Amino acid sequence: MSAAQAFLDRLEERVADRRNVSGEAEPSWIAARRQAGAARFEALGFPTRRDEAWKYTDVRRISEGDFGLATNADFSRSTAAALGLPIDAIRLSFVDGLFSAELSDLADLPAGVTIEPLSQALQANHEAVGGSLGRLTGVDFSPFAALNTAFAEEGAVVRIAPGAVVDTPIVIQFLSRANAQPVMSHPRVLIEAGARSQATVVEHYVGEEKAANFTNVVGEVLLERGAILEHYILQEAPLGDSHVASLHIDQGRDSRFTSFNINLGGALVRNDLVADLNAEGAEANYYGLFFAQGRQHVDNHTLVNHNAPHTFSNENYKGILGDRARGVFNGKVIVKRDSQKIEAHQSNANLLLSDRAEIDTKPELEIYADDVKCSHGATTGQLDEDAVFALRTRGIDEQTARGLLTLAFAGEVMEQVTLDTVAERVERTVAGKLPERFNLSDLVEVSSESGADSAARSSS
Amino acid sequence: MLEVKDLHVTVEGKEILKGLSLTVNAGEVHAIMGPNGAGKSTLSAVIAGKDGYEVTAGSITFEGRDVLEMEIEERAQAGLLLGFQYPVEIPGVKNVYLLKAALNAQRKARGEGEIPAPEFMKLVKEKLGFMRMDASFLQRAVNEGFSGGEKKRNEILQMLVLEPRLAMLDEIDSGLDIDAMKIVADGVNSLRSEERAVLMVTHYQRLLDYIVPDRVHVLVDGRIAKSGDKSLALELESRGYEWVLEESAA
Repeated sequence: MSAAQAFLDRLEERVADRRNVSGEAEPSWIAARRQAGAARFEALGFPTRRDEAWKYTDVRRISEGDFGLATNADFSRSTAAALGLPIDAIRLSFVDGLFSAELSDLADLPAGVTIEPLSQALQANHEAVGGSLGRLTGVDFSPFAALNTAFAEEGAVVRIAPGAVVDTPIVIQFLSRANAQPVMSHPRVLIEAGARSQATVVEHYVGEEKAANFTNVVGEVLLERGAILEHYILQEAPLGDSHVASLHIDQGRDSRFTSFNINLGGALVRNDLVADLNAEGAEANYYGLFFAQGRQHVDNHTLVNHNAPHTFSNENYKGILGDRARGVFNGKVIVKRDSQKIEAHQSNANLLLSDRAEIDTKPELEIYADDVKCSHGATTGQLDEDAVFALRTRGIDEQTARGLLTLAFAGEVMEQVTLDTVAERVERTVAGKLPERFNLSDLVEVSSESGADSAARSSS
Repeated sequence: MLEVKDLHVTVEGKEILKGLSLTVNAGEVHAIMGPNGAGKSTLSAVIAGKDGYEVTAGSITFEGRDVLEMEIEERAQAGLLLGFQYPVEIPGVKNVYLLKAALNAQRKARGEGEIPAPEFMKLVKEKLGFMRMDASFLQRAVNEGFSGGEKKRNEILQMLVLEPRLAMLDEIDSGLDIDAMKIVADGVNSLRSEERAVLMVTHYQRLLDYIVPDRVHVLVDGRIAKSGDKSLALELESRGYEWVLEESAA
């Protein structure tokens, strides 16, 4: 029996046990979709290093793992508060994949925003969800997407009404517990951004230090004409967690999608991002940062499909790898025939902090149109020891000097981050405690003004 | 203040300093001159703590402390500051951050708290004005894309903000036009005081017209071959180094 077969059988048995308890029958389309997902997963099996898309990523940590299913969403409120992003946000929380009403804050939703856990959305009106769910991420995308389709039970459904401008960030928080037996979850995130709407969504993965669970999330994002969405993946999963995610973005005319894919945690991490620029004026910005230490493994595969003329994409990924960590970057841009006048830029730079760290990077361009502007490149280097020395000769201790230079390396990406709390998290993780905020926006503003008035503001 | 005794230094197995001795007292400005390859830059690099220089004999003490036992940053915190001949570019680290982090590191070492932001900005602006640098320099990455003259001025700006007890300037005049040199010299001169000292390494007498030294030393073949007052620099300018070599060989 193959590993996939055994994994599937075990999982089906556990899911069946739980359904027997709840005793509820699912709508037939969901049951049919589950079957299709399971069949596809069975046929594909777990990816191996022989698969081009998984050449550098060994998933045995997952395929050979024995993961149960969470039976409750109990989680200490204070721990959740300590782990969560300390910002004023609309918050939806999941504990090992199960919805936690207690840790969610959905009161006083701004006008034009609907946010529900998937289970409730299905219960309320399963047909309203059925059309979108699975439209972008089919069972053929990857074995993990098939597995998710077969077993997804919970997730987030976010809808922004046309024209709504939502200032408060929407945080979808996934908490991972230190369970006696590790568990798995297959969450689903569905975001529908109406025409000319504007919002920020943060998927935050975090948990208890000793956790060793497996999260297999699939996200689908639809941007209608003129919609603007900032989407964060802040992956700070516990260092024992395995994290597989695929995110598909479907973009209408003049829409703008900006992704911040920030990976600081997890033992085994794989992210797939796919944006389809389907109409003129659509723009996708991919900013990524991965920081891995110890034996962490972080794999980012990104794809932009320029399916229409006059579309724009820009990608900048920075990797920082220490100890024996391993990183993978595969960024692909495909320009379809007749997608003229497009612009696509892509770059990946990596910093190796140790001789034993490793990065495999592959930027790819496939261009089938002839009037395009494209660039791509990848670099890998180490900290400049002359710069470390120069900083130390100014009295800055070695650890801070290295931290500063490491952060400086991430600077191009971090400058784009609009949520300060996220930037602070990155700084703390990457550089340890610095004497003060590295981002001196206050000071910089002040320097171009004059007088005690402006100077006083910088101290606030 | 600074006491260098019988210093022997090798670089990649080759002996560069061969028994150099030098005493710098508070309130003094010393100039070290000498032909290329004499070991001028080696001296300041060793005092600052650069890797790759092996001290095989001798000692360096600064205000009674054994410099060779101190970490690089401790030397700076104690007030020993090196102005580089070729200042390094540090992309992504803003000048303002370097200045503030450096100043606070020094204050912390002295047991003082961090400088309040308004006070810091006031200080930096005053020093920027002195060096005739635009405030936009603060926002730029350290030395990135700076011209040669701007880099040197930036080195002196750091000195003015950090106010070292002993400023060591390695060929600070190289690549400067006369106007830039005057600004740099004004900066260095403003550091002169009873409590401070300056040790500059230079190839040219010209700098000494603007920063007038108390003592001039000629470094030849890893040793100080001759010391004198500022008139020695003028003599070297007109007669070259040959006669010092001959004299010291005799």
